[in-house]
Amino acid sequence: MIRYVALRVLSLCLSLLVASVVIFTVIEIIPGDPAAFMLGLNASEDTVAALREDLGLTGSAASRYVDWVGGMFRGDFGTSYTYRVPVSDLVSDRLLVSLPLALYALLISTAIAFPVGMVAASRRGTLVDLGIMGTTQLGIAVPNFWFAMLLVLVFSVSLRWFSAGGFPGWENGIFPCIKALTLPAVALALPQGSILARIMRSALLETLGQDYIRTARAKGLTWRRTVTGHALRNALIPVMTIIGLQFSFLLAGAIIIENVFFLPGLGRLIFQGITQRDLIVVESVVMLLVFAVVTVNFLVDVAYAAIDPRLRIRS
Amino acid sequence: MKSSPALLAGAALSALFLAVAAASFVWTPFSVEQLDIANRLKPPGTVYLLGTDHFGRDTASMLMVGARTSIGVAVLAVGIGMILGVPLGLVAAANRGGLLDELVMRGNDMIFAFPSLVIAILITAVFGPSAVNAIIAIGVFNVPVFARVTRGAALSLWTLDYILAARVAGKRTVRISVEHILPNISSLLLVQGTIQFSLGILAEAGLSYVGLGAQPPTPSWGRMLADAQTMIYTAPRLAILPGLAIVLMVLGLNLLGDGIRDHLDPRIRRARS
Repeated sequence: MIRYVALRVLSLCLSLLVASVVIFTVIEIIPGDPAAFMLGLNASEDTVAALREDLGLTGSAASRYVDWVGGMFRGDFGTSYTYRVPVSDLVSDRLLVSLPLALYALLISTAIAFPVGMVAASRRGTLVDLGIMGTTQLGIAVPNFWFAMLLVLVFSVSLRWFSAGGFPGWENGIFPCIKALTLPAVALALPQGSILARIMRSALLETLGQDYIRTARAKGLTWRRTVTGHALRNALIPVMTIIGLQFSFLLAGAIIIENVFFLPGLGRLIFQGITQRDLIVVESVVMLLVFAVVTVNFLVDVAYAAIDPRLRIRS
Repeated sequence: MKSSPALLAGAALSALFLAVAAASFVWTPFSVEQLDIANRLKPPGTVYLLGTDHFGRDTASMLMVGARTSIGVAVLAVGIGMILGVPLGLVAAANRGGLLDELVMRGNDMIFAFPSLVIAILITAVFGPSAVNAIIAIGVFNVPVFARVTRGAALSLWTLDYILAARVAGKRTVRISVEHILPNISSLLLVQGTIQFSLGILAEAGLSYVGLGAQPPTPSWGRMLADAQTMIYTAPRLAILPGLAIVLMVLGLNLLGDGIRDHLDPRIRRARS
């Protein structure tokens, strides 16, 4: 087990190292000088040069890379070119929107997918199963930003239950914030929930075909208790993998939804960073997201190995 | 052996959109580049089958050309994924357990770790928004998918007797990969290609919705949705039609992909009959 974890940690560090080099290189290629961009067309050469010095844009690429990575270890992600505040402050502000949104969407998608997948699996081949599979097939095909627009059309324009966008800020109370995040979370949850329900169904069907399920039924357990007590737990491994992946996707993949609803989240921060040439923000936030994805995957892997010894041996 | 209704529906929908996209090269009801402000925001009727947008462009014509844009971007992105990913997967499988295999697979993991949409936006931002850069951005993320599928399928084939026979006959690794492995995994690649095609349609719609896909005046479904958003109160129809087109196209491709897979997988086929 220790050997396994040590190997996984090594591969985690290697992934992060390579990712940081790739991100740094891509940002280096982006045309346009942030200093000149910030000061506008009329700035003199001297002021631009002074600002470049100030922003830490001088020096060789290698030394800037080392500065950047070293800074991140100390929690210093640099200073945003446009907002003139530490990137770490910007990120923590935006996380207060993106993290609850991702969790909210994950909660909705899981709350729907579990029962739906279970019903479909236990009634395999019936009209109910067919209906569920058809609906989830449709759910996967719907682009979430379009679904978001439809939600706005119905719940904001026609029914006037929700506002069409914006975020009041947590200092104005929890309820208005949750309300503002509801339509975006539902929009994000639809495709994710559809995928999860289908995986739940097939994972359950897989375990329901096992001998121990027959044994459980033969010793007189009800169908419901067989599913909840025996099949569900065993079906959870593939389902948990997908939930892990979906969480990191929701954290990073909400860019478009955040744009639809004008939510000040991480995705919007990256998007604005790219359009405003605020490269230090883009660089650091993308690195953080990669870090989050890699770490979540790592934790999922290690958790499995702890639960299931077979996985340890195989690797 | 009969085909499932889902497969038929998927094939029909996909064929319909391909036909519409192909037709748009030679004929559309109206020009999509000509603005006609006098006829702006016309409701659907006999002249304009699906109405017009805020520039007076015919929605039906826009949807037709939009299909061409979406399909073009998605197909080429799948092409990039296959051309680079399949050889990588074949090499990894032929070199199973070796350094090359490890290198290819860890490289794959790396690409999977990047938030794809963010990177796609980054790529289009670096090289400027255009259909070509959207293709590259989507295609890059297809590479590890095809590499992984190819490797997985090829690995199981390498253990089979007929491959051993080919090796005994003195065939070299490359020849075995191309002559014996590749033909036997082609149906699997076709299924994966269909799935990536549908994901590509969704990705293209997302990128062009945020303004990083095909640039105006080239119509694209995502861009039509973005334009419609500001007029969602006055002309909700404009926001609904392009979305429906995306959903039907993606649905068709997904049904087609699933259908082909079920058709090819003897286990499922036996269970059904």
